[in-house]
Amino acid sequence: MFRVKSFSFEYAMPQDKDSAMPTLSINNRPFDLDVDPAMPLLWAIRDHAGLTGTKYGCGAALCGACTVHLDGEPVRACQIQVRDAIGRKVTTIEGVEGKVAAAVQGAWQSLDVVQCGYCQSGQIMTAIGLLSQNPKPTDADINNAMDAIVCRCATYVRIRAAIHEAAKNLG
Amino acid sequence: MLTKRMLKKAILPIDATASRRQFLKGSAAAAGALVVATTIDFGDKPAHALTVQDPPQPNAFIKIAPDNTVTVLIKHLDMGQGNTTGLTTIVAEELDADWSQMRSEFAPSNPLLYNNLLMGPIQGTGGSTAIANSWEQLRRAGAAARMMLIAAAADSWGVAEKEITIAKGVITHARSGKSATFGEFAAKAAKVMPPVIVEPKDPKDWVHIGKRVPRLDSVGKTTGATVYSMDIKRPGMLTAMVEHSPRFGGKVKSFDASAAKAVAGVVDVFQIPQGVAVLAKDTWSAMKGRAALRVEWDDSAAEQRSTDAIFAEYRKLAATPGLPAARRGDAEAALKSAAKVVEGEFAFPYLAHAPMEPLNAVIEVKDDGSVEVWAGAQFQTVETATIAWVLGVLPTKVKLNTLWAGGSFGRRATPNADYIGELAEIAKTSKAKAPIHLVWSREDDLKGGRYRPMFVHSVRAGLDAEGKIVGWQQRLVGQSFIFGSPFEMMIVKNGIDETAVEGAADLPYAIPNFAVDWHHVKSPVTTLWWRSVGHTHTAQAAEVMIDQLAHEAGKDPLAFRLDLLKEHPRHTAVLKLAAEKASYGESQPKGRGRGIAVHESFNTVVAMVADVTVGADGGFKVDKIVAAVDCGVAVNPDVIRAQVEGGAGYGLGAALRNQITLSNGLVEQANFDGYQPLRISDMPEVEVHIVPSMQAPSGIGEPGVPPVAPAVTNAIFNATGKRLYSLPWQLETLRGV
Ligand code: FES
Ligand code: FES
Repeated sequence: MFRVKSFSFEYAMPQDKDSAMPTLSINNRPFDLDVDPAMPLLWAIRDHAGLTGTKYGCGAALCGACTVHLDGEPVRACQIQVRDAIGRKVTTIEGVEGKVAAAVQGAWQSLDVVQCGYCQSGQIMTAIGLLSQNPKPTDADINNAMDAIVCRCATYVRIRAAIHEAAKNLG
Repeated sequence: MLTKRMLKKAILPIDATASRRQFLKGSAAAAGALVVATTIDFGDKPAHALTVQDPPQPNAFIKIAPDNTVTVLIKHLDMGQGNTTGLTTIVAEELDADWSQMRSEFAPSNPLLYNNLLMGPIQGTGGSTAIANSWEQLRRAGAAARMMLIAAAADSWGVAEKEITIAKGVITHARSGKSATFGEFAAKAAKVMPPVIVEPKDPKDWVHIGKRVPRLDSVGKTTGATVYSMDIKRPGMLTAMVEHSPRFGGKVKSFDASAAKAVAGVVDVFQIPQGVAVLAKDTWSAMKGRAALRVEWDDSAAEQRSTDAIFAEYRKLAATPGLPAARRGDAEAALKSAAKVVEGEFAFPYLAHAPMEPLNAVIEVKDDGSVEVWAGAQFQTVETATIAWVLGVLPTKVKLNTLWAGGSFGRRATPNADYIGELAEIAKTSKAKAPIHLVWSREDDLKGGRYRPMFVHSVRAGLDAEGKIVGWQQRLVGQSFIFGSPFEMMIVKNGIDETAVEGAADLPYAIPNFAVDWHHVKSPVTTLWWRSVGHTHTAQAAEVMIDQLAHEAGKDPLAFRLDLLKEHPRHTAVLKLAAEKASYGESQPKGRGRGIAVHESFNTVVAMVADVTVGADGGFKVDKIVAAVDCGVAVNPDVIRAQVEGGAGYGLGAALRNQITLSNGLVEQANFDGYQPLRISDMPEVEVHIVPSMQAPSGIGEPGVPPVAPAVTNAIFNATGKRLYSLPWQLETLRGV
């Protein structure tokens, strides 16, 4: 049913770990980053760690293009400060691996989901999160998990199909 | 198909292009591959931008490397529409290549070799023309390259060319049992003079066209590897953000940069014609610096009105005659004598394109004065010229690299190269000698103008006693973005901007008395083509009115349309196909409704049947869209389906809840909270059926958009008896029906 939605996003409480040069673990590699600890993780990953697969779409928790995994959970990198990611495992689209990731990326490729592709890192990271928690999601589960991830090209028909396909292939 | 006339013409202009061909041949031979280095020397200037009559240009479009890869140079921007895969398919077909050896790369900016054949001497992407304008060009280039490979093999093997065959990327001489890959003959084929007369394959022999080939961009875009201009990093690169006037037409009066300059990482703050630029060492510092900036604006020439006031003015104008855009018979008289007159008033808001990748581009001014730019460039020729003009260098000194673009929907195709011109102004004014990345935020994007213009349509149509339409009078009021642009000469006819009235002035239904007028209104609010341009509003007005007329005439909406479209076999075919696939005519359960619409745009015709569920609380969901499309030869049927799925979603999202509104000239939407995009839970199931056709391919990036809103509007009427006209739908009016 139609409704106008707004989205908020919750994440773990900040830890007090300010330091002059924060070290982040991204994709199992340490990065010494010369950045303000208050910098959003998104910009540290993109501008300073040089991993550009994670995208900026809104900067305000409204699109999901910046979704990464923090200790395995999908989060909005534009809403997390660098200081809150210290000591935790950050995984981006470039480093995501495992059975579920392979199934999701494989389904995305075999169904040719992408159009412009700019949202797809966020879609895929969110879908991996969904299937890791829920191996056989229903359409309603998919709506719940994926509704906040915007695709302006409206590739949603195929996103849904690819999630079902990945679930099937995971057995 | 290559006609006799084209063949004759193809032979004539050889002299004019000889020097270019020699140049290309020379550099190709030097590279040891069948084709070209990626820079074209403008000193060796061809006499004219290419036309469809020119000899085939294998060297400009195809690189065959000794490693057996075949790379197609893509002269267009791929912003998601999949033309890279489509253009590569055409070449693979003519070469009889194996799909696994095919690669693509964006062509350099060169208006003489890579111009859009439908835009004249301009390299650019738009109007859903990428496949349409390249079709014969690439078929012939591919056929020529194939002949060059065969010539090289025949020479090496000492056999007759006509005895050599190519299949799946293998060159074979059956009698002698010899075979080779393309790679083995790449160097030798590069020395063969490209043939002037070629014969593309008979469609019955196609192995790639019309079949599913995997998209070339799927792997990169699912692994984070694809590079957009947002991802470009240059040594020492700075990030720029610009504070623009919050009102359209406002100018900087004064600014205070002290707080901005105090932000860590901010390098400089300065004024440019577009506003005040903040230069910083990374994106986050640029954002913080700009937020700290204080600017006073001079609004004396700015738009100060609110949306309601603008609509009120449009409505007033719509009650009066405007510039004639179409006339047939006497509509006024026909309406006076009609048995029944039906009226509809439609209002359409400003719409932002909101491509997922906010606008951005990188510039690097080198020590020798030459310039390199990286962008999701859509009008390369206009952009190169703008950069050159702003920086005071020759266009030949500007190297523009086209990258994958994170959407556009028309936004990047600006006739004045807006954001790229802004980047050049920053480079010109900046004292820092460093590469600069201009980044627009989402807020900049949504507040930044270049909107689909607001429109009001007032339509009156008359039925006779038998329920036949006897007269149609339609008045449109809206801005033009064509006047004053480089496209004015091409698009404005007798004072009428064709993009404002397309889909209305050429309404296909057989109506004897017909009049369409346009009021050309002006505002400092900047407007632009938005995926399917005029059709974004004219399809809604036309197809909702036709539906209403069918209802008033007591006829079925499909039968009513078919009866008036006897002269339009393509419309008839898509309507019938969509109806058949959707089992049109079955009765709908209570609370559900079904609507139909058909619309032609960019030479492609699309019909859609929409199914909706409307709850008693006014809650509303589009359940399913069944589309039928005739876009000529379906080069990549799966890409076509994807474009129609995405087009339906794009149109539906706007119709559901998108509008850019002004309050005293200030844009009221800032981000995806105020401008809510379509979500996966809103997305209907979409089924796309393609009418088989042997006509040359026509557009597909845009034509899926126009029919969706009227099909759904008509379905809502079918479910509720309530006729909506304007967009976005005023769904609260459905409450309690
Ligand atoms: S960029 Fe983080 S949610 Fe949009
Ligand atoms: S593929 Fe373009 S925004 Fe999703």
